[in-house]
Order: sequence, then structure tokens, then C-alpha cells
Amino acid sequence: MAIFVDKNTKVIVQGLTGGQGRFHGLRNRDYGTKIVGGVTPGKGGENVEGIPVYNSVKEAVAATGATASFIVVPPKFAPAAIMEAAEGGITFIVCITEGIPAHDEAVTYNRLVEEFPGVRLLGPNCPGIITPGQCNIGITSGDIALPGGPVGIVSRSGTLTYQALHELSKQGIGQTTCVGIGGDPVPGTNFIDCLAAFEADPETKAVMMIGEIGGSEEERAAEWIKTNMTKPVVSYIAGGTAPAGRKMGHAGAIISGSKGTAQAKMDALAAAGVHVCLNPTEAGEKMVEIVRGL
Amino acid sequence: MDLFEYQGKQYFSRYGIAVSPGDIADTVEEAVAVAERVGYPVVIKAQVKVGGRGKAGGVQLASTSEEVKFHAGNILGLDIKGHIVHRVWVERSSDIAKEYYVSFTLDRPNKVHLGMLSAQGGVEIEVVAEENPDAISFLSIDPLRGLDLAAARKWVDEAQLDEVAQEQAAQLLVKLYECYTKGDCDLAEINPLILTPENTVHALDAKVTLDENASFRHPEWEEFRATETEDPREKMAKEKGLNYIGLDGTVGIIANGAGLAMSTLDVVNQVGGTAANFLDIGGGANADVMASALEVINADPKVKAIFVNIFGGITRVDEVAKGVLEALQRVSISSPIVLRLDGTNAVEGRAILAPHESDTLITEPTMLEAARRAVALANA
Repeated sequence: MAIFVDKNTKVIVQGLTGGQGRFHGLRNRDYGTKIVGGVTPGKGGENVEGIPVYNSVKEAVAATGATASFIVVPPKFAPAAIMEAAEGGITFIVCITEGIPAHDEAVTYNRLVEEFPGVRLLGPNCPGIITPGQCNIGITSGDIALPGGPVGIVSRSGTLTYQALHELSKQGIGQTTCVGIGGDPVPGTNFIDCLAAFEADPETKAVMMIGEIGGSEEERAAEWIKTNMTKPVVSYIAGGTAPAGRKMGHAGAIISGSKGTAQAKMDALAAAGVHVCLNPTEAGEKMVEIVRGL
Repeated sequence: MDLFEYQGKQYFSRYGIAVSPGDIADTVEEAVAVAERVGYPVVIKAQVKVGGRGKAGGVQLASTSEEVKFHAGNILGLDIKGHIVHRVWVERSSDIAKEYYVSFTLDRPNKVHLGMLSAQGGVEIEVVAEENPDAISFLSIDPLRGLDLAAARKWVDEAQLDEVAQEQAAQLLVKLYECYTKGDCDLAEINPLILTPENTVHALDAKVTLDENASFRHPEWEEFRATETEDPREKMAKEKGLNYIGLDGTVGIIANGAGLAMSTLDVVNQVGGTAANFLDIGGGANADVMASALEVINADPKVKAIFVNIFGGITRVDEVAKGVLEALQRVSISSPIVLRLDGTNAVEGRAILAPHESDTLITEPTMLEAARRAVALANA
């Protein structure tokens, strides 16, 4: 078992003919992911190392039966690509694009929820998702993941997701699924979505949660964990010593309530029974200890 | 990107939001000329991106050209919490009957826009939120539907703005929302929004934060960039397109991804060091970006050791390694470099660096070990 994607998930790549799309799309296929097609308007009929390219998502879905899409297009075009995926029948969208304006993200998210309530968007600006040994959609280096579980990983940061995988794999602890939700203002999938999925997944026995300063998603996750989570959770919040955020003014600080500091997040998580660690290595070691004691 | 007050007001003007007539001045003579043009009495306001300028003497009223000379002379060059005043905004003084507060920002947890409106403006909104939360009227706005005049009229009534101010305020709110959305602001705030004794409503201050991700559709933001930062290190990084924040420590930090960069700061701190900066080279950084990053760090005289912490995903470690060698050829890097390389093409990357390893180019297998090494070198 795994969450969101597994060995049967058929994936198309929107932007397969671009430099990044090609590199990561082929890399995902080499990993064993069922990459069944690519989409680039005007390039239908071509192929990228044997992967057929279609003009639209709709065509690609009709021809391949894909249910997931990996979006690798520039920020200007990403919102339209996300909507095209949903309209074309895709139900799981992974968008790694970095740099989409926040207002575009807000509009896209709300349109998805309203028009396509059954569609899940992961990202934007995320590393993607990997169910080790089965399916890798995104930019994670597959060789740092170890199949077989029992740990589920959910992270707001791309590179810290890799760090978390690495810390566990080198100790021989496998992962069920590792989800990078991304750190943008309007993520399609949040901590609670992933925690709930891991809680429901019988093969996941423990969860590693990597957060960072800003916003209040970690505090909300802590509330959820307190009342719903039976499996052990280990967390690390990045940015305890980072300079105070210069991005937001007064209004932002009020909405987040606790001002989004690392300490406030760590306190909320600790109060929910989460094992709170001070750096990724410590979090890895704590998780190893928990898994060995299961 | 945070704007200065005058830039915020100029930005508001683009969307038809009323502000007091005024202009910028970089010298005493210019300040007098603006005052003569807009008419006395005038208010002279220091342009700094820090709060508390009023208490620091950075806001003064002047009724004659002599007074303008005196106050502008004092304010220009003033040090307000480490920010030197290079520019003032001179505007016609407004009589104030009432002060209100309004802002728009993103409500992240609920993924909608949030408007805040209060009949108690002119003071810090955090204080109002703390002491009298009922005095703030919150409005959730669906990004798909926006804010229309009918909703704005209902809102100003709910917030109990004075009857005579309501219609003008409602119209202004619609324009401010348009500025916030079409203008791609992370934050658009007016505090205070005033009602004058003549029953007109306009913005007396402007606080605007722009979303840099939207700069591709805002060529008009170019002029804001020139004044964005005064830290010479940050200026240099900006020119090279790097996400850099200057700090005061001795370990220069280069990492890929904001999360890993923050985590690197955490770890350096935990092993007894201090970071000289935050620098995220971003996803997909190539050799050239890496070389630029090293140049920026090298220009900081406080740096005693450089910690390069890379976990390749979209960034390829072999590119990073090439960048390090390229930088070493391009400039003489004065501090030892400690690298920790993992992830995409890490084996290739380490192989590229292996023949060049020395006392000043060191690789360590883990993040913690690399942090310890860099901190030891910086503290030596």
C-alpha cells in the first residue's frame, strides 16, 4: 500500500519536450514509473525516447488512460496547464513549477475546488511524490528512497524532503510514500491531507513531518494530530535561526495568529504528542529509534 | 518586495486611489520646490522601510519655506533604526476628522483573500487586534468572485465607518482590491485612511508588498528595484538573481532550496557557529549561478569559511561542482570552502571535485559533519 500513487498509476508529462520535462520525465520512467505520454501543444505525433507526445491532455488521456499528470512548464503557463489537466480527466496533478504568482495560485486552487472537487493538486513549487520502488513523479532522486515502508514522509520543503529520505534510507528504514507539498502560499495539498492518508494506510506505521517557518499549516496539522492521529509522528521545523521574515507586513502576522515562528510551531506539535527534533539528522535518528521499537 | 511609502502612493494612484498631492525630494531645495507647488502647510515624511519614523523625528509639519528648509535639512541624512534617510515625501497637510484602517492580504489557511477594515485607524492594527478585536471587520473574499461595490458598501457599514465616509470609502475599497489583485500585491494596506472635515476620504499612508513572482507581467516594477536594498551584499546578489539575505555571522552559507538553506542556518547555529547570510541558489541552478553565489559570499569581509550544502533534486550536483571550480578560476576566494553534496548526480559531482580537494576545498559526507568543519574553520 501507499498513498496517492502506486505501481499502477499511469502518468503523462505536460512539458515533456522541454529541457526539464525531458530530463525528469525520462528519469521518472527509468525509475519504473508508468510514464505513458507527454503533452506539448503543436508537437503531437512526436515522441521523446519512445514516449508519445500529444497536443492536449484530453488526447493523451483518451489514448493512454492516464490518471496522473506531472506538470513541468514555466510559471506563466502553469495555471492554465493545471486547469487543462483537470478538464482533460486527470485526477492527480503534480506541479513542480516554482515562481507562480500567489494570486494565480489562489484563483487556480479555488477553480479546481469548485469545478473539479475530485481532483487533487500537489504543489505548485514542490519536489513531487515518490512511492519507492513503484512510482516517482517529480524531481526527487529515486536512488535516495528505499522501498517497503514503514515510514510515510510529508514535507513543505523540497531539499529537506530529500534529506529526510536520505537520513532514513542510509539506516535501512524504508518509506511507504514521500510527499513534498511545497512551500508556496496556496498549496493544493496540505499536511492534514497527507497525515490523514498516512493514518488510513495500513502499511505506514509512522510519519515524518518536515515543516518550516511562516503561515500556520503546522499549527493546524498539530490540532489535527492531537485528535485524529494514532501513529507516531516525528517532526522538524526549519528556520529556527532564520532571519525574521521580511516578506509579510502586519496583516499577515495577524492572520497567522502565532506569527508563524519555528518555536510556536514546535510548541504546538509537542503539545500534540509529536516528537519534535532540532535538525534533520536528529529527526532521522529519532525515527529509526521509533521504527526499531515497533 | 516592500515599497517605500511614496512608491506605494504612486502605485495606488495608478489604480485611481486618492492620496494627498505631493512629490519626492532628495535635497532641501527640491523639498522647498515641492512645497511651493502643492501649497502650505505641508508634511515632510522620511522615506524608510522601517516603522517608528514619527517617534524618531522623521515626520514634520511645515508652514513656510523656512520651516521646510529646517525640517527637510534635519530629516535628510537622519538615522532611523539603522536606516539612513536619503529621500523625503512632501505632501499637502490634511486636516483629519477620522482615521480608518484597511488592508488586503492572502488568508493562507483558507486560501481566499482577506480584507480587514476598521473605524479605529491611525494606530498599530496589532494593538487594535489585541485590545479590541471587535473593532476590526474581517471580510473573506473568494478570488474567483472578487469584491464588488455592493459588497464593499455592506462592509463599510458593518465596520461602522461614518455615514458621510461610507460611499467614498466603498468605492476606494473596490479600487484598492483591484490594486491588490491586478497589481499583484502580497499586502496592500492603508493606515490611516482619513476622512477630512470637508468630508472627503483619501489615503494618508501606503504600505505595499509586491509578489516578486509576478514581476514578469509588471515591467513598471523596474523603477522600484533600483531602491530595493541598501546592503551592498544584497545589491550584488540581486544583480546576479540570487535569493540572498545578509546576516552578521562568519560562516557564508550556500544551499539549494529555502528549506535546506534555513536548515543549514539552524545546524551551523547548533554546532556553535554564526551564519553570515542566507543564500538559496534555487532549483535547477547551473555552474554559473554557483559561481555567482561564491562571488557574492566572497565579497563579504566578515566571512571566514563557506559552507556549500547541496542536496540535488532539480539541481544537478555535477553542475554545482563545475560552478565551484569555475568560481575558483574566476575570482580568488579568500575563505576555505566546505562542501556537502548529495542527490542528483552526486557521484559525478564528487568525482569532478576530487582532484582539486585541498585545505581550502573540503568535502564532508554529511550535513552535520560539514557544519562542524565549517564552523571550526570560521572560529579558528
